[in-house]
Amino acid sequence: MEISIPNLNNLKPPLGGEAGVSAWLRRLRLFITPISLLLALLIWEGLVRIAQLPAFILPSPGRVASRFWQALTDGTLLRHTSTTLLEITLGLLAGTLLATVIGYLIAKSPLFEHLLAPYLVASQAIPIVAIAPLLVIWFGPGIFTKVLICALIVFFPVLVNTVVGLRAVPQELRALMRSLRATPWQNLKYLEIPAALPVFLGGLRVGATLSVIGAVIGELVAADRGLGFLINVGRGQYDTALVFVAVFTLVTLALLLYGVVILLERRMLAWQSEPYKRNGHKILD
Amino acid sequence: MNTSPARRSIEMTHQQLPPPALEVRNLSILFPAEGGTFHALRDLTFSVQPQEFVCILGPSGSGKSTLLRVLAGLLPPSAGEIRYADGKPPRIGYVFQQANLMPWRTAIENITLPLELQGIPRAQARQQAQELIELIGLKGFEEVFPRDLSGGMAQRVAIARALIQDPDLLLLDEPFGSLDALTRERMGSELLHLWQVRRKTVLMVTHSISEALLLSDRVLVLTPRPGRLALDFRVPLPRPRSDEMRYTAAFGKLSRRLKAAIG
Ligand SMILES: Nc1ncnc2c1ncn2[C@@H]1O[C@H](COP(=O)(O)OP(=O)(O)O)[C@@H](O)[C@H]1O
Ligand SMILES: [Mg+2]
Repeated sequence: MEISIPNLNNLKPPLGGEAGVSAWLRRLRLFITPISLLLALLIWEGLVRIAQLPAFILPSPGRVASRFWQALTDGTLLRHTSTTLLEITLGLLAGTLLATVIGYLIAKSPLFEHLLAPYLVASQAIPIVAIAPLLVIWFGPGIFTKVLICALIVFFPVLVNTVVGLRAVPQELRALMRSLRATPWQNLKYLEIPAALPVFLGGLRVGATLSVIGAVIGELVAADRGLGFLINVGRGQYDTALVFVAVFTLVTLALLLYGVVILLERRMLAWQSEPYKRNGHKILD
Repeated sequence: MNTSPARRSIEMTHQQLPPPALEVRNLSILFPAEGGTFHALRDLTFSVQPQEFVCILGPSGSGKSTLLRVLAGLLPPSAGEIRYADGKPPRIGYVFQQANLMPWRTAIENITLPLELQGIPRAQARQQAQELIELIGLKGFEEVFPRDLSGGMAQRVAIARALIQDPDLLLLDEPFGSLDALTRERMGSELLHLWQVRRKTVLMVTHSISEALLLSDRVLVLTPRPGRLALDFRVPLPRPRSDEMRYTAAFGKLSRRLKAAIG
């Protein structure tokens, strides 16, 4: 099979000999997610009808949809979502910033590592859910506590990946930078940041998903707004459809954040991908 | 007294030529090892003239890479000293055994790196790189990432990167070691051509006797651990040289002599 490749002399074969089969699979993949979602909805609806479950146990998809519409139009959903989103954003930013700085120091200095390691490991052994009430006692039920919980939960994966990423900077490239008399700042800008970025962004991807959990934990413990609060309200009033609406909104938020990080990865790490993926054929991440 | 020919040749060059670009005196390198230290290099003395092309031959572990690292200022000498022509360390172009490119930079961005570190504006740096890219025959590959370059192309990018800041001293550590024999021979010829266009002081580590003969004015041979100077061999081939010289009778005779001398 002949493939004409302009200019590049050693491209990996773009699509193997079984191009026909894989094209068919690719088309199927486009439909498979919607089909599976539809199927899940049908099973859900069927379950509600056959078992004749009351709405406060399991509301039907239709009921959840109309509750969603109601919450959307009367402004409830937007108000609570924006609160949660604000907490998530601030927490993610703060946690990432702190983790990056401390991660850099740990990667650079064994002294720092030995100084901080016991606390970092201990902090991972404490379930955040268990200390959330304590944090509410100390810092009140306001937004600050939620941002703090978010930041705490984001901190560790980002920290670990920052350290791992920085430590994996090739020694040979460090020698190159030294032979070019690079300053420490240039070393950071031209070598360490770009070299550590793939691993760092991997940590950020995990952190982004965790930050949603952090915000909700905070809101479930004590809050007067936010999606976690909305879940509490729904539960209290046996408005189970509202609980579903809040949960689905949370899932959407998490997916959106995840998507943002994936997008960042694709833009910043274009050099990692196969040439043909770079041209927009990427199927799975 | 088998070091006396080397000594004599150094003394002779002192009388005839301008001050050496590089003078290494009684250089020793000690590394920590189990139960003490060991000498990677011991009492090395030699000098290199401006624009001279010197090859370093020696078995694995004889301290060739260590020597280049010391000369590049990446490693302090344990004893002895290194003197440069103007008293201060010169601008250095370093080519490693592996191309050692930054995978996140395109070919041309890898070449411009040394200029960017010197604060030269990107547009100007790219323009200078463009000239080099044509010289090394990589036109059309400017925007290609290293993962899509062949071994030979990547190594040429590495050489261009070492040349772009117009270094006073070019250090090459088995630059073609990872290439296949044919590519290697071609790269050798290209390097010869480059050096004849842009004369530099060059120190190059190689395992290939024919590469050393074709390219260099002098061959320094190191002994196995610890590395000492075993031989300072002046290559009597005329300049300018060309690839065809590899196949002449004189060349064959020289290789045999050098090989015998190395043992
Ligand atoms: N940083 C180091 N620490 C300890 N030993 C080293 C170090 N670098 C090199 N060596 C040792 O020094 C000797 C010479 O190494 P090297 O200069 O790489 O040899 P060559 O390049 O001639 O093969 C080897 O035995 C090597 O193991
Ligand atoms: Mg070596």
